[in-house]
Amino acid sequence: MHSVILATAIRLLLPLMLLFSLFLLLRGHNEPGGGFVGGLVVAAAFALYTLAHGEKEGRRMLRVDPLRLVASGLLVALVSGLLPLLVGLPFLTALWSSVPAPVIGHAGTPLLFDLGVYLLVAGMSLLIIFTLMEE
Amino acid sequence: MRIAALLSIPCGLFIWFALQIGAVADGQVLQSSLAWLPTLGITLSLRLDGLGLLFALLISGIGALVLLYASSYLHDDPHLDRFYAFILAFMAAMLGTVLAGDLITLFVFWELTSLCSFVLIGFDYQSQASRKAALQALLVTGAGGLALLGGIILLGQVAGSLELTTILASGEQVRNHALYLPMLLLVLAGAFTKSAQFPFQFWLPNAMAAPTPVSAYLHSATMVKLGVFLLARFSPVLGGSDSWFVCLTGIGGITLLLGAVRAITCSDLKQILAWTTVSALGMLTLLLGLGTPLAISAAMLLLTVHALYKSALFLAAGAVDHGAGSRDINRLGGLAGTMPQVALASGLAALSMAGVVPLAGFIAKELFYEATLQAPTAATLLTLVAFLGNGLTVTAALLTGWLPFYGMLKDDTLHPHPVDLRLWLPPLLPAALGLLIGLFPGPAGRLLMAPAAAQVAGSPLPLSLGLWHGFSPVLLLSLATLGAGLALFSLRRPLLARLQPSQPSAGWDTERLYDWLLIGLPRLALGITLRLQSGRLRYYLMTVTGVAVALMALNLMTSSNDDLQLPRPDGSLHEWLTALVILAGALFATITRSRLAAVASLGVVGYGVALVYILFGAPDLAMTQFCIETLSIILFVLVLHKLPHFALLSSTASRLRDLVVALGVGTVMTWLVWRAISQPLVPSLSTWFLEQSLPAGHGRNVVNVILVDFRALDTLGEITVLAVAALGVYAMLKPRSGGEGSD
Repeated sequence: MHSVILATAIRLLLPLMLLFSLFLLLRGHNEPGGGFVGGLVVAAAFALYTLAHGEKEGRRMLRVDPLRLVASGLLVALVSGLLPLLVGLPFLTALWSSVPAPVIGHAGTPLLFDLGVYLLVAGMSLLIIFTLMEE
Repeated sequence: MRIAALLSIPCGLFIWFALQIGAVADGQVLQSSLAWLPTLGITLSLRLDGLGLLFALLISGIGALVLLYASSYLHDDPHLDRFYAFILAFMAAMLGTVLAGDLITLFVFWELTSLCSFVLIGFDYQSQASRKAALQALLVTGAGGLALLGGIILLGQVAGSLELTTILASGEQVRNHALYLPMLLLVLAGAFTKSAQFPFQFWLPNAMAAPTPVSAYLHSATMVKLGVFLLARFSPVLGGSDSWFVCLTGIGGITLLLGAVRAITCSDLKQILAWTTVSALGMLTLLLGLGTPLAISAAMLLLTVHALYKSALFLAAGAVDHGAGSRDINRLGGLAGTMPQVALASGLAALSMAGVVPLAGFIAKELFYEATLQAPTAATLLTLVAFLGNGLTVTAALLTGWLPFYGMLKDDTLHPHPVDLRLWLPPLLPAALGLLIGLFPGPAGRLLMAPAAAQVAGSPLPLSLGLWHGFSPVLLLSLATLGAGLALFSLRRPLLARLQPSQPSAGWDTERLYDWLLIGLPRLALGITLRLQSGRLRYYLMTVTGVAVALMALNLMTSSNDDLQLPRPDGSLHEWLTALVILAGALFATITRSRLAAVASLGVVGYGVALVYILFGAPDLAMTQFCIETLSIILFVLVLHKLPHFALLSSTASRLRDLVVALGVGTVMTWLVWRAISQPLVPSLSTWFLEQSLPAGHGRNVVNVILVDFRALDTLGEITVLAVAALGVYAMLKPRSGGEGSD
């Protein structure tokens, strides 16, 4: 299945979609968005790229083994929950920086947690898609 | 030397415990506790009282002897280090159990002793018999442990506390409670499995597959007495009722006779000793069942005396095995010449076991007879049982303490040689202690037995032990017992020869039931699994949805449906149109003849649902739904071209059945939603989230704040499930595409 239109369009769309997914992730705390949908957008972007250019090229473009994305996502989410233990608060208590950060407003462990969800969802979807597309 | 360092542990403990004798004999109870799970009221609590101290001294003292003994007995075993580790872990678990001041602490250590017993019985893991015996011991005592847990929880609920001190004081309240009988039976199941009482007696002789030091330590002196310990521990709370009396004296009596009879039919020294242990445990259970002050004193003395003589006999049997190469009494004989110290130890221990003046066993037997003669009910029957059991025990004592050491060596192929100090000193010490207690019973009784008996009875008991009780029916009984035992010993051979033909089948045994269960349970499980795990996705789906929907329907039908109101058909035109699109998509998916069309129409359904989300103000959900639908269609397309041509393979009947299931699911779900919206909404939760989102969660998107902050633990669980599911898919698809060695 090769389509010139898709192949050309996705080259432009891929960075845009990835950027959009980051945008969804970062604004998620205040506006519609979040890690889950952001991760799905990443997966959709790479899935379209892979449809157009084949599984090997898709994997090369992702650069990371999707299985590692799944594992690191879970790890990041877990670490964000473990951090409060260091200051003596219960597991998964949200910690917030007192200084407002640019773009995202307040920074805190929930964002880190959402990043974990983002990585895991993207990795999981791509793991299945790549495995199915292998010939 | 390493063994010296290791020995310092039990020896140090023994000395520390010995130093506490004075304080404990004065009636003090040493306690210490550490909050473990404070929210559940569970503490890690230790308590040293008379009963615990008696056990602790036996455990640490005999433990030290067994360590010393094992260093010689197993000196060429490649896994000697492992053995030390296991036996010390076991010692810790035992001490924890007898010193526990809290029911949960008690239970945890109790289970640890079962686990240690498992690894120690299976120490020779290359032998199939060892592995089988280890598993059997674990399953039997483990099942008892579960029952005990149930009993402990009930006891804690009824007494209102898990602290032993509180529970021991609430005996009246527990015995009058409606749940007293189930509680008692559960605790008894735990005690009886551990102490190898009928019908669980079979695991103990099989456990003799363990190395001899283990048999001496776990399966005679300490662990099997834990059941008796448990009965003694809870005797002030659970004891004194009719059911307690009937269960304990009945089961104890049966076990006592069964063990004693089986003992004298065996020819392996360890088997004889194992069955006499079963018999002695029966005696202890019977005495605790009687529950009179006399019986409790007798039980405490018998327990100590039995631990001393039985560990001595076991260790001596191991020394004989080591020095002569056999444990078969039909082959051994005349060993007193080559190993005089072992013969002395065995002789002393056997005399104590037979209850001969002036050894401690004699006093224990006298007290036993006194207790049965003065029993409140069925005194004659109990005394008869005691007489038979004791007589058979005398015979068994002669078999183990006399036969191997005197007379002529019966098998010329054996070449006995002397054994070293580490093999003869450990049996000699407890045997000699039996003599010492017999000669000076006063101090031992006052310092050790009386405080222990006071704990069991719940109040101080007048206990004075003496060797000489004057001419009484008890003394006559003792003499008659010795006579009967001697007579049986001389008649044993012809009797056994007569019984021989029926011997191989050995008649009916409760072990058959165990074997039957062991074979039957996996078969049952296999049958159920084959039925449930058909391997066909459609049946799984049908089972899961069918059961869920049936349960919901049952619930909906039994609850009141009065407040159900037919919702008024309001809504604007575009809402109706969206609903129509969803319905049309679903209908088309079921009737189309093209696979691609089916996938596309499912996509229509999905997008329609996403539209509904938008219409009712859930942009997050809608966005996620759109992404999911898109990805699903991509996945479908990827799979589709690998599938064979679309064809109608199922029969009309099965399609009709699917239709019924599908419509059933739809109906019940509609019903459920209808019910849900007819109820007045509980506003507190959603309002709380809305109000707290910005101040507490620092975010205006409530959905996201809930996901990553308020209910983050749920999300963590969900993404873990996602990760596992991804791994599952990966593992399922990988073998097909693997083989290129790309990973």
